[in-house]
Amino acid sequence: MHDNGTLTNGHPDLTAFDDVDFSEAEMRDVVVVGTGPAGWTAALYTARADLNPLIFMGPEPGGQLTTTTDVENYPGFPEGLMGPEMMDRFQEQAERFGTESRYGTVTHVDFRERPHRLLVDGETPIYAQTVIVSTGASARYLGLENEQRLIGKGVSACATCDGSFFRGETVAVVGGGDSAMEESTFLTKFAEKVYVLHRRDELRASKIMQQRAFDNDKIEFVWNTEVVDVLGEDAVEGIEVINNDTGETRVMDDVTGFFLAIGHTPNTDPFKGWMEMDENNYIQTEGATTYTNVPGVFACGDAQDDEYRQAVTAAGTGCKAAIDAERWLSEHGVAEAPAPDAERQPVEA
Amino acid sequence: MAESANVLTLTDDNFEDEVLNADQPVLVDFWATWCGPCRQIAPIVEELADEFDGRAKVGKVDVDDNPQTAQEYGVRSIPTLLFFKDGEAQEQLVGAAGKQPLQENLEALVGQPA
Repeated sequence: MHDNGTLTNGHPDLTAFDDVDFSEAEMRDVVVVGTGPAGWTAALYTARADLNPLIFMGPEPGGQLTTTTDVENYPGFPEGLMGPEMMDRFQEQAERFGTESRYGTVTHVDFRERPHRLLVDGETPIYAQTVIVSTGASARYLGLENEQRLIGKGVSACATCDGSFFRGETVAVVGGGDSAMEESTFLTKFAEKVYVLHRRDELRASKIMQQRAFDNDKIEFVWNTEVVDVLGEDAVEGIEVINNDTGETRVMDDVTGFFLAIGHTPNTDPFKGWMEMDENNYIQTEGATTYTNVPGVFACGDAQDDEYRQAVTAAGTGCKAAIDAERWLSEHGVAEAPAPDAERQPVEA
Repeated sequence: MAESANVLTLTDDNFEDEVLNADQPVLVDFWATWCGPCRQIAPIVEELADEFDGRAKVGKVDVDDNPQTAQEYGVRSIPTLLFFKDGEAQEQLVGAAGKQPLQENLEALVGQPA
C-alpha cells in the first residue's frame, strides 16, 4: 500500500478547512479541475448541457501540450497544429458555450458528503455538486540533490521552452522514450552537441523516433548510464554520472544544459486518501466509465491514464466525464449546502 | 488577447531606467512568442499589472529581442519571473505558475498597501 495520507479515523487531514467560512461559499453544479484537453472537453460538454461549469486553470494552464511544438496526430488537423495554439482553441470553444474559467489551483478537497467542498489556493471556498478531476500529469525529475535548485539555470524539463538558451553549447538529455528522442532531436537545432543518457543499453522509443536520433550527427548516445548529480552554483557546470555496468563514475564537465525526459507523475496530491489510486498515484476509474470511488467525482485525462496519454484520448475521457457527470446529476439531484449552524462533524485527529 | 496598457515593454535599452532605477518594485516576465507556457501566463501578468497599478510596475522582456538582459540575469528557462526592488532581483520564479505565487511575491515587496 502506498502512503495515501489517510488519518486513522478514515479520511485525510481537513485542518486546511478549519479557518474557512463556507456559509457564503459559491455553489456550482460542475467544477472542472485542470485545463488540458480532458478538462476543456469536459467543460465544453457540460457547458453545452447548461450546467454552467467552472474550470480552474491550475499551476500549469493548458498543461503538457503547452510545452510541445507541432501536434501532428490530432485527427482533423491534417497540417498539424502547435500545442499551445491547440489549447487556446479548446479554451475558446469551451468558453463560447458558457464555461467560466478562473486562475487558481484546487489545493484541498473534502469529499465526505455532498455537496463536496473545495478550497482554491488554500483559501477560497467552493461547493461542488460534481467534480471532474482533469489535473493531468507533470514532468518527472530524478530527485538529485542539486536538481531543483538549478531549475531555470540549466536544468529543464521543457526542451521546446528552453532549448534556444543553449545555442552552441553541449547539453544532456536523460531518457530513452519517444519524448527523449524528440527533445534531443529538437535540441540539435541550437546545441553544438547533445548527449542522450540512458540507463539501459537499448531504447524504449519507437523505431522511427530512434532512427531519427541515430541519424543525427550532433547526438551521442551514452548507454548504461545514470546521473548522480548536477553540478554548479548559479548555472549548470557539468553532471556527475555513473556507468551502471562498470560502476565507474565520472564528471561530464562540458554539459551546461540538463534536460529531463523520463516521463510524468500524475497531479493527484490533493485527492490522496479520498480516491482510489494505483501504486503510482493514478486515479482508478470504474470499467469504461470515469466514475471514481467517490460519488459525484469523475476523473479523466492523464490523471487516470498511465497507458495511452494522448491529447485525443484525454479529450475522449473528458467527454465521457462530462456525460457521466450530467447523468449522475440528473439521477441524484442537487444536494443542499448544510445550514451554517449545522456544522459538519469536526475532524478528530 | 488585449494587452494591458499597464504592462511595460522592457528592452536591453530601457531596462536600467524602467527596472533598476524604478522607485517601485517591478515584476519582470522573461518570455518569447513561441513559448507555450509564456502565452498561458500572459493574462495573469496583465491582471497583476492592472491590480498593482500605482504600487508596483510590471513589464515583459522578449528574450529573443533582448538577449543581453536575459543573459545578465542568467535566464535559461522561460517563463522566468524576476521580482526587483531597489535595483536588485529579490526573487525568482521559473516555469508556469498560478496567479497566487506571483501575487504573493509582489505583495511582499510592495509591503502593506497605504
